[in-house]
Amino acid sequence: MTPHLPPPGRPTRRSLLKGGLALGGLGLAGATAGCGSPLAAGIAGTQLAPGTVTFWNLFGGGDGARLQLMLDEYARQNGGPDSLQSATFAWGNPYYTKVSLATLGDKPPDVAVAHLTRAQNLARAGLLTEITDEMLALVDLTPEDFTPKVWDAGKLGERAYAVPLDTHPFVLFYNKGVCEQAGLLDGDGKLKPIRGTEQWEAALTAAKEVTGAYGASVATVSETATPWRLFQSLYSQRSGNTPFLSGGGTELTFDEPLVADTLAYLQSLTAKGLMPTTTDYAGSQTLMFTGQAAFYMQGEWEITTAQSVPDLEFGMVPIPQLYDSPACQADSHAFILPRMERDEDQLRRAMGFVRSMLDQGMTWAEGGHVPAYLPTLQDPAYAALEPQSDYAPAADYAVYDAPAWYSGSGSNFETIVGAQIGLVLQGSASPEEAIASMRSQLQTYAETADPLS
Amino acid sequence: MSAPTITEPGVAATTARAPRGVRSAETRPAWLFIAPFALFYVVFLIWPTAYMVIASFFNTSVVQEGFGSWAGFGNYAEMLTRPEFWSAMWHTLQFTLYTVPPLVVLSFVFAVLANRVQRGQWFFRLAFFVPFILPSAAIALIWNFILSPSTGLLAVVQGWFGVEEPAPILGTPALAMVGIALATLWWTIGFNFILYLAGLQDVPREVYEAAAIDGASPWQQIRWITIPMLSRTTTLVILLQIIASLKIFDQVYLMTAGGPGISTQVALGLVTTSAFTDFRVGAASAASVLLFIVIVAIAVARQLIDRAQERRA
Repeated sequence: MTPHLPPPGRPTRRSLLKGGLALGGLGLAGATAGCGSPLAAGIAGTQLAPGTVTFWNLFGGGDGARLQLMLDEYARQNGGPDSLQSATFAWGNPYYTKVSLATLGDKPPDVAVAHLTRAQNLARAGLLTEITDEMLALVDLTPEDFTPKVWDAGKLGERAYAVPLDTHPFVLFYNKGVCEQAGLLDGDGKLKPIRGTEQWEAALTAAKEVTGAYGASVATVSETATPWRLFQSLYSQRSGNTPFLSGGGTELTFDEPLVADTLAYLQSLTAKGLMPTTTDYAGSQTLMFTGQAAFYMQGEWEITTAQSVPDLEFGMVPIPQLYDSPACQADSHAFILPRMERDEDQLRRAMGFVRSMLDQGMTWAEGGHVPAYLPTLQDPAYAALEPQSDYAPAADYAVYDAPAWYSGSGSNFETIVGAQIGLVLQGSASPEEAIASMRSQLQTYAETADPLS
Repeated sequence: MSAPTITEPGVAATTARAPRGVRSAETRPAWLFIAPFALFYVVFLIWPTAYMVIASFFNTSVVQEGFGSWAGFGNYAEMLTRPEFWSAMWHTLQFTLYTVPPLVVLSFVFAVLANRVQRGQWFFRLAFFVPFILPSAAIALIWNFILSPSTGLLAVVQGWFGVEEPAPILGTPALAMVGIALATLWWTIGFNFILYLAGLQDVPREVYEAAAIDGASPWQQIRWITIPMLSRTTTLVILLQIIASLKIFDQVYLMTAGGPGISTQVALGLVTTSAFTDFRVGAASAASVLLFIVIVAIAVARQLIDRAQERRA
């Protein structure tokens, strides 16, 4: 190979280097001069955006749109768009990963949203600031302002780590047109109470005769959370049910005969054709929206989707009590304050933001969620909200997922268990096979040293 | 995927034979020049690797100080008995099988063709290489658009040919990895292409002229001159390609996030999830070490093949 000299006019290596250094220097100077730039904040260890509340959430779809209204209102009251920086991330594990790593990296948002079942783990990992009574007092709140059940779900031992916003139970949607024809409505056009498996099957059979397709629909394919929510709702209604996990997830304590029996019952419903064996999340909605099923079971947040369907007359009630006591699976959204050094102003701003969101609870409640903030829950305006107020009692007997470092909404636990329940509903696994598979997969996690403590 | 730096095999061999006296006199400045890079190398490569190996024997957690409690081979035992681990390893292998043959063969074919172009060769070199300089996020966006169900470019084209409701490539477990492999093929072929083109330009013209005079057809010239003369380049390209494919992460994370289900979850995806979602750095380290062993084994195998080739030559 022959070494060749750079032709005249081309930059030499040395001049390039010099230019590069100069540019780099300029860039650095520019970055540090620009106050509040992430790079400068990282180098100097200062606040990312002084005077601004940074807020992270995981709300998409109808929830996201409603939240935006509330955020706009907050910004309007607090001096314009500069008062708030909000970011929405992908739901589930990616979101919690982001919140955790940002907190570990000492650059968390001022306020974030978390499910109560996940906030527990964040708190155990030492990633959250304790919510003390003094902090609540800054914005005239007390623990007594919240539904006691939900407030307690945000506590770890005696300390509170979350300010709850709502409860979102798994509920029953019904198509009024179909139910009317099937004779399932009372004089006021509301669903007659259904109690016990016999009445439930009778209702589904009557509805199936009208629709010619199904009685009820629930997502069974490409879904893990929905099958789990359905199963957990019914399992929790049975007397003698035990928590799925105990000892912080180190023991599998579900009552096997009861689980097997509940699964067998669910399978019998799809086997008889009262519910579809294979339908996905969107498909299960469409069945009810288009009158091919009288009932549809899902979290109440789908109210926004149902309302957007033209000419659909629908109602919502808690999951009927098929067994010994009323129960339904649920989780709650809450505000958390990730761990970081906060001065008085920052704390006041963060709590002020939380207070503003709670004050706008009616906007949030319209999206289907049952308020956890008592002044909103007890507001006559909420009681007048239909069908939201029809299923509000469900929040009182809501059942949260058993605590474990691998459980909570969208967690590994829900994925493992939900996938197996989905297979049972599809008829491609027997209850015994599903239990054996759950047990072996969960055992790995149960035996694993808890990474949080 | 990152492009590893290439060293010219010939250069190292000639400089190593310097007399002893010269070497010691040059040593100190040499160390000084190496120091800045060496520091980075130790801080960002040697230490993390050592940390990974150590952490794999502990129940290390992201949210706890220190290494945590001693786990022995527990993390390894867990990984080796976990179906998710084997499925992730299989998907990594699957991706490697889907990408290595086309990336090696096609880049060779395109390099030979481009090398024959008399005018405007720069255009072809540029055209093949440009995708390689794009960041993976841009690639993921482009291909997610192409492959998106019903509204994507591919779906529209399939519509012209009368395919009603084609299967969504990235939404079908059996096809999702093919979609990712296609995107990767388009993205990274330029790198191998450049290596082959450089190799081709080193083949002396006289050899071809002599062959042509002896009546060798163009196909015979490729079969008996080009391919043998490029065998060193080919082993290098194959090795780099296998390693790069085993390190697959970005495209999967950005295009499918391991889905549908875990049907495209790859080894590095599993490592990331265990470490940063489950907080289990120890278990993730064990999985990394296992992947590391596989990659080293392949690199060693390549070295052995290389030596055997040298002996034959």
